[in-house]
Amino acid sequence: MKEIFTNTGNKDTRSGFGAGLHEVGKKNGDVVALCADLTGSLKMDAFAAEFPERFFQTGIAEANMIGVASGLALSGKIPYAGSFANFVTGRVYDQVRQAVAYSNTNVKICASHAGITLGEDGATHQIMEDLGLMRMLPNLTVINPCDYNQTKAATIAIADHVGPVYLRFGRPSVPNFTPADQKFEIGKALKLIEGSDVSIFATGHLVWESIIAAQELEKAGISAEVINIHTIKPLDKKAVIESASKTKAVVVAEEHLIAGGLGELISGVLAKENPLPVEFVAVDDLFGQSGSPSELMHKYGLDASSIIEAVKRVTGRK
Amino acid sequence: MLTITNLNEIASQVRRDIIRMVSMAGSGHPGGSLGCTDLMTVLFHKEMKHDPKNWRRDGVGSDMFFLSAGHLAPALYSQLARTGYIPVKELAEIRKLGSRLQGHPSVERGLPGVHVASGSLGQGLSVAIGAALAKRIRKEENFVYVLTGDGECEEGQIWEAALFGAQQKVDRLIAMTDWNGQQIDGPVDSVMSLGNLKAKWEAFGWDCLVVDGHNMEEIEKGFTWAKSLVGNGKPKILLVKTVMGKGVDFMEGTHHWHGKAPNAEQTEKALSQLKETLGDF
Repeated sequence: MKEIFTNTGNKDTRSGFGAGLHEVGKKNGDVVALCADLTGSLKMDAFAAEFPERFFQTGIAEANMIGVASGLALSGKIPYAGSFANFVTGRVYDQVRQAVAYSNTNVKICASHAGITLGEDGATHQIMEDLGLMRMLPNLTVINPCDYNQTKAATIAIADHVGPVYLRFGRPSVPNFTPADQKFEIGKALKLIEGSDVSIFATGHLVWESIIAAQELEKAGISAEVINIHTIKPLDKKAVIESASKTKAVVVAEEHLIAGGLGELISGVLAKENPLPVEFVAVDDLFGQSGSPSELMHKYGLDASSIIEAVKRVTGRK
Repeated sequence: MLTITNLNEIASQVRRDIIRMVSMAGSGHPGGSLGCTDLMTVLFHKEMKHDPKNWRRDGVGSDMFFLSAGHLAPALYSQLARTGYIPVKELAEIRKLGSRLQGHPSVERGLPGVHVASGSLGQGLSVAIGAALAKRIRKEENFVYVLTGDGECEEGQIWEAALFGAQQKVDRLIAMTDWNGQQIDGPVDSVMSLGNLKAKWEAFGWDCLVVDGHNMEEIEKGFTWAKSLVGNGKPKILLVKTVMGKGVDFMEGTHHWHGKAPNAEQTEKALSQLKETLGDF
């Protein structure tokens, strides 16, 4: 394996968001931010402290926050509206649908604590349906970066994209391994490891797990290609078809339900372009529960060992 | 300067437009549209500082209007036509395939005068507050107007926005509630009473005035009152007492014409009660 990925130290992706927001706020005076009483949790403090006239505390009232963000956006501002993923998707789906997606307002919906790695707070807060909910909406771009550096880069990049964006990130500290100086390109899949026996398409926290899995698989003589799908919508179909057509076996890994997730999305593309065996590393129709992030990742089959098992299953189906 | 007589004549034409649009489309919401027409006529023809020919979605340099109660689209579309945002003849396109005049207001096909989609109730006040905040950041002195229904105030988001507007001191925001006392399932008081609506808004920290929505002079005075309080750090709301179906005797004061089109005979009867003053579309 030629590519070496170094974890430069565990960091949470939400801090990447906070750092990116602060930086883009300095660069672009049209950037404004809103938060529904979770400013500290989303690491929006630095922006709020430096730009108080451009920061709006909305209180625990997410529906209003999305509406206000829509009004700011259509008036020429670039609002970043932040809360937990659960509360800026399912809770306010109709507001996002009408005032953001259908109205095509330039709102950046910033969703922290996504997925099961929210951890100990339990299933009420662990949304694993959000990617599906958001990618169903026309006009919306859906992004799920994999580490601190990439989340920071994505947060900065979406200010230059005119149109609504759903940006998903998480709570736990995870390996930070992508370049600090990366330029984030919306919609462009990143091939992290070249391989020939199986394609592992991963998003979010599962990208690092896929790298670990590929290293283990190499020892077992299986050459796995790892591709980081940081943009769920628009999906880089070309990259998916090219890699899958080469390896002829696909594993999709995501911190999400199977229903509505990246696995279903990629399967849909392959069904039309090149039907191939696909295995899902995702949660199958279950709510989560309390536990530490790593315990939960293991319990719900969202770690490197689950990816390795999925690879073995799918290569056996070739 | 438009006189009260002029405004009443415009309102009569707008009501004809509403009846003819809903009748031609075979569906739509005539009752509430007729009820808010006098208010909308004062707003669009006298009150708002706007430039319909050079309308911008971002509202820079202009007053902005948001129709939160999107089902009142026929009332809005007629005003847009009669003030020059869109050609008058376009009103015939309402609810037709490919039309800019969707059943509820939409921005997808670029309709001048509409900043955001509405129809799913309760959202417009929040959006209008967002627009007012953007104006504040730009240090603009223009006003932002938003019209909600009274039944719409049953939506929780209205009260989230009420808290937020007061907290943010958006005192160049003038909200209006079309207080006709009716909603789809019947009188508001029997479906879900709003209780003392004026006391509620005042308790939320807003300046609130009850206005007779069928007296042009009273409506104008309401706006003058709201503007006289700019600088006090409180958002304003006019509770505009209206009669659903106003101007057509058999539609007045009932929820039965909330979302129903008149048949040919009913259309003729309705139009016979409304003077054609500016020429039908």
